[in-house]
Amino acid sequence: MAENGTSTPGGAQGAPRTGEPALRLTGISKSFGAVQALTDVDFEVWPGEVVGLVGDNGAGKSTLIKIIAGVNPADSGHIYVEGKEVQISAPTDATRLGIETVYQDLALADNLDVVANLYLGREDVAPRIPSLGGVLDETDMERRTLDVLSQLQVTTLKSVRVPVAALSGGQRQSIAVAKTILRNPKVVLLDEPTAALGVAQTRQVLRLIRRLRERGLAVVVISHNLADVFEVVDRVVVLRLGRRVGSYDIGNTTQETVVAAITGAEFGAMTAE
Amino acid sequence: MSIQSAGDQEERSVAAPGATAAVVEQEPAATGGGASWLRNLLRGDLGQVPVVIGLIIIAIYFQIAGNGFFLTPQNLSNLALQIVTTAILAVASVLVLLIAEIDLSLSAVAYLCGAVMGVFSARHGWPAPAAILGGIAAGLIMGLVNGFFVAIVRMPSFIVTLAAFISYQGLLSRILEPQTTLPIRDNAINSIAVYYLPDFLGVGLPVIALVLYAASVLVTRARRQRAGLPVQSTGQLALQLGLPTLISVIVLVGVESYRGVPLTAMIMMAIVVIFWLITTKTAFGRHIYAVGGNAEAARRAGINVVGLRVAIFALASTLAAIGGILEVSREISAPANVNQSLLLNAIATAVIGGVSLFGGRGSVWGVIPGVLIVGSLINGLALVGQPISVQEMVEGVVLLVAVLIDALGRRRSVTGYR
Repeated sequence: MAENGTSTPGGAQGAPRTGEPALRLTGISKSFGAVQALTDVDFEVWPGEVVGLVGDNGAGKSTLIKIIAGVNPADSGHIYVEGKEVQISAPTDATRLGIETVYQDLALADNLDVVANLYLGREDVAPRIPSLGGVLDETDMERRTLDVLSQLQVTTLKSVRVPVAALSGGQRQSIAVAKTILRNPKVVLLDEPTAALGVAQTRQVLRLIRRLRERGLAVVVISHNLADVFEVVDRVVVLRLGRRVGSYDIGNTTQETVVAAITGAEFGAMTAE
Repeated sequence: MSIQSAGDQEERSVAAPGATAAVVEQEPAATGGGASWLRNLLRGDLGQVPVVIGLIIIAIYFQIAGNGFFLTPQNLSNLALQIVTTAILAVASVLVLLIAEIDLSLSAVAYLCGAVMGVFSARHGWPAPAAILGGIAAGLIMGLVNGFFVAIVRMPSFIVTLAAFISYQGLLSRILEPQTTLPIRDNAINSIAVYYLPDFLGVGLPVIALVLYAASVLVTRARRQRAGLPVQSTGQLALQLGLPTLISVIVLVGVESYRGVPLTAMIMMAIVVIFWLITTKTAFGRHIYAVGGNAEAARRAGINVVGLRVAIFALASTLAAIGGILEVSREISAPANVNQSLLLNAIATAVIGGVSLFGGRGSVWGVIPGVLIVGSLINGLALVGQPISVQEMVEGVVLLVAVLIDALGRRRSVTGYR
């Protein structure tokens, strides 16, 4: 099931969990009015590890991601990046700390080509004309786009000068991921990366996630699709009703156990940690 | 100067298989070849081809129906003078349409700013440069007001600029009271519209522009080759350099055989070229297209979307002010009534030139073929003695056909994409 075969409890297959986690959250709580969305949740991901964040609708996955991405800061709790406590109160804080989020809607401008999308908001400019944001250095941006795409082994694009509207769902997902890679992040959050993708395109995206792990990034994948999750992640963290109910190494668990934890059908599973 | 922004084509051309390690052909249906190259041209800025064909048909028809007068240098020179204000307002429309907004106040702003200049000049005795700057500053302020309500208060631009249109119409009659037409007596202002550039400027400036253009195309090509990126074929390069040169030579020979290049036409071309450069070659321009394509993506990418929207409305009204001032110079007076067809002509010009009403698609260059269609129809129908009523009906049909071609083209390209 998991590509790297068996593993020992507590150890990820991709990389040994040594040193500080790239990202650690402790005691995170968040409420929206009377609704307690998250209660005392811990979360951690090491460099070179892919963690699946799973749970039913309303379990608090999106809330947790928004806290990490700085969209909706937590009410209480602590966040550590590489062991140092940090404050994330806005999206710019998260990106400054090396945390990049690929949202489900991908945030691509369909009318712009691949290069323009990759560099959107941080274009390479040659001579500076302050009020106009500078003259674009297209050659340099195109060369570096090809570099990044080849590092990620995104090989199905016929040209980086086609508008992204012309690309398939998998290709668009790849572009959205490549966009984060350009910023040299430490942690990449992927929100439902395989939703609405066909079989081949899903495989393409899962390959891409493995490539991120090979680059030593900490990757968090939020997904409803347990089959996809089991194919690519090293560990799953299960949320239910705003609480963390378990963390399972993929090597020694089954989809059934995880489903039971998600639904709360098997209460024994809640103590799997 | 070319009708197309051919400079972009080479960058959009399909990468040759094996040209780079990362880009590998997988979809043979879209592999480069003559057909796909042509398709790319049609999809890009050369989407102007149907417009150019339409223009040729219009020219031939009026040449015959107008007993050979339509294509005389004298009439073409007239045409060039007639289209200037429409073209400048169309550039303003393009900017606003690119960010998926609309500005219905452009014609009112134009006439009001013309009148402001007129009042400064004729009633307060300001020297021409000060009066002109006053008119332009008035346009800038009106644009900032539009931008404030659209971008910061987030009201629909349709309503904001419609309200502005109505109020500025009133304000226009108000500031000219008790006159209904304010005659301009300043010679400097009045001569702008009738001034023809001396040959060394009329021919020299386009030649310099062409040389700079060719140099930038060649430098880009050399840089791309050095970076190992695919470059256009020699044939494409020849077309890219030859077509603008050919068109410029034809136009220049034509106008030089009459009275030379009108100053206002040169101003119009300069505005088109400057805004084409801004929209395609700068980060600001890239952000304009991004906001029009996906404002949320632009915001998340850290682009100041609100500021950009304000800037676009400010630029649009400033351009409208310039257009209005040239119009007042042409009429040697500031009228108290807004020419009702100017606004729709400007928007029609932008749309016929291939700018999408939904934002993010189209080129400033489209203004030139667009305004030539609109201008030729008005000029030609007047030439063959048709009344305004017929001109308006024909123009309406042409606008509808232009949008129809755009809609069909978009549907085809979407199905071709997937």
